[in-house]
Amino acid sequence: MLRYANPTRFLQLSSALVPWLGAASAALFAIGLYLGFRVPPDYQQGETVRVMFIHVPAAWTAMMGYGLMAAASLVGLVWRHPLADTAARAAAPLGALFTALGLVTGSLWGRPMWGAWWVWDGRLTSFLLLEFLYLGYIALWNAIEDETRAARVCAILALVGAVNLPIIEFSVDWWTTLHQGESILRKGGPLISSVYLWPLFTMALAYTFLFFTLWLLRIETEILRRRARNALLAEGP
Amino acid sequence: MSAILFRDVRLAARAGGSAMLALAFFAAVATLVPLGVGADLRLLAKIAPGVLWVAAVLAALLALDRLFQADFEDGSLDVVALAPPSLEATAFAKIAAHWLTTGLPLTLLSPLLAVMFGLETSGALFVSLLIGTPAVSAIGAIGAGLTLSIRRGGLILPLIVLPLLAPAVIFGAGAAQEVAGALPLLAAFSLVACVLSPFATAAAVRLNLGS
Amino acid sequence: MLAVEDVTGLRGGRVLFRKLSFTVGAGAALALEGANGTGKTSLLRMLAGFLAPAAGTIRFGAVSEPEERGRRVGWLGHHDAVKPQMTVAETLFFFARLHGVADDIPGDVRAALDAVGLARLADLPGQYLSAGQKKRVALARLKLTGRPLWLMDEPLASLDTAGKTLASGLIAAHCAGGGVAVIATHEPLGLDCARLVLS
Repeated sequence: MLRYANPTRFLQLSSALVPWLGAASAALFAIGLYLGFRVPPDYQQGETVRVMFIHVPAAWTAMMGYGLMAAASLVGLVWRHPLADTAARAAAPLGALFTALGLVTGSLWGRPMWGAWWVWDGRLTSFLLLEFLYLGYIALWNAIEDETRAARVCAILALVGAVNLPIIEFSVDWWTTLHQGESILRKGGPLISSVYLWPLFTMALAYTFLFFTLWLLRIETEILRRRARNALLAEGP
Repeated sequence: MSAILFRDVRLAARAGGSAMLALAFFAAVATLVPLGVGADLRLLAKIAPGVLWVAAVLAALLALDRLFQADFEDGSLDVVALAPPSLEATAFAKIAAHWLTTGLPLTLLSPLLAVMFGLETSGALFVSLLIGTPAVSAIGAIGAGLTLSIRRGGLILPLIVLPLLAPAVIFGAGAAQEVAGALPLLAAFSLVACVLSPFATAAAVRLNLGS
Repeated sequence: MLAVEDVTGLRGGRVLFRKLSFTVGAGAALALEGANGTGKTSLLRMLAGFLAPAAGTIRFGAVSEPEERGRRVGWLGHHDAVKPQMTVAETLFFFARLHGVADDIPGDVRAALDAVGLARLADLPGQYLSAGQKKRVALARLKLTGRPLWLMDEPLASLDTAGKTLASGLIAAHCAGGGVAVIATHEPLGLDCARLVLS
């Protein structure tokens, strides 16, 4: 592991991995979408059940993104390694993007299911709050000029968010049971029929590979950007 | 540590301090709500716990960006950081001072606003604010520490802090409506926030001093 | 004694100084000179423990741990730590209490104010002070808190002639009592002390 903490080694490894990861992601998307359109419509949700295949994995990936960002932040804070800082920073816009995707597809799914574009469903509400956590992190990073300090300060925010996120999830769940009747259809969850599991997991894997592809690319770009800047500074007056 | 507490309370209470501002803001927001939703007292009584909780959180956040920034800008924070109390203790004292000058006055004002919103009893609201507002000060202090060196930190601070405060609003408004189980959850959240926040806050301040 | 060994300072990924080593013995002062942007303030913040050096060690006496070292530092920075809403006496009283050094705080505050020639302004809020008067308050705070290692960033800036003499006198008295001072400055301090020029 530590061998690859060196940026040059990381670049070698990453540029070797990225084409394979990208190709695997594309193939999995093709298979997942094919399977997704092949399965029979749900007896309750009809054709709209297929939205699940793009919504639920987006939501999973968004949460995984926060986990990875918090883990990278912890490594950056404890071992003061710039690569971990870069990794945390690179994960945030991706996480925000996948969260937004989860929110939009959730809304598109909700319209035929609930008859409204938005309901204050527990999962959607938690994801909205997660989106704000991501946006706050990105805004904070952009507001601090010194990059090392920005990384450390944002790492603290990511960790505070990671501690608070389960509490937020719990409180929102608690709140949902308080304010909602039983009549609303559950999305996904254990009621899901096993026919749908294959396309769902294939898509989940495709999303995960896509996340890692984009993440590595973003880290590469950031390392190269820093090098270019340092070269400029070294030349400068 | 008590030196910081007394000084901050004194500064907030002076002319131009944050204590009166927060109270006035709280009352003004609460006044706008009936103007927005209509004067139906039954409706107002129904939404009062939630509305007053949200207004209280916003009022407490109002001057929060200055919690460390004012001391940072005039150089006091450097001297305070080198003083015998640890930065964690300093952070705790500042959180306590912030609560004494915002959370507590807001709580004391809440029965009056409860009457204006047609609530029959304001005891639950009062207790929920009393127990819940320390969490607002504590979590807000983390945001204040993180943003202390940012010139327009006051704009970023709410974006950072408000999502983290969702549990306080949920449990707080729940407790104000006397929902079973809400008050213990609120108390637990508040306690955890007050215990953990000084460490995160001190870490954030320490980082920002190294510039 | 303050001992700096092989200290390297970075700012924004750029090297400010590399492998800097020097010592300042008990009772001595060091004038830190150099053009703008050479890292005088950064070095002072490293000595105080605010900023970690990219490499090297800093020890004061036997203490190298930054937080512990900071407990021995009297800090006079760019800004003077004077609150506009608090009177001069209140400001000094607060710092004295915070540092927990004096038994008779009001008496010591008065003595410190006398020493910097501000006794008449004790009850004036900070917002009415001139820049030079604020600097004098900061000097009074330094004297009051009794720390052995004084780190000063441009202590003579905005002081009048009498003020500069007074500041030099305070530093000389501090060193005569066995204290150490490191002073970033553009002006001659009027002290018999070593110089370190950063470039």
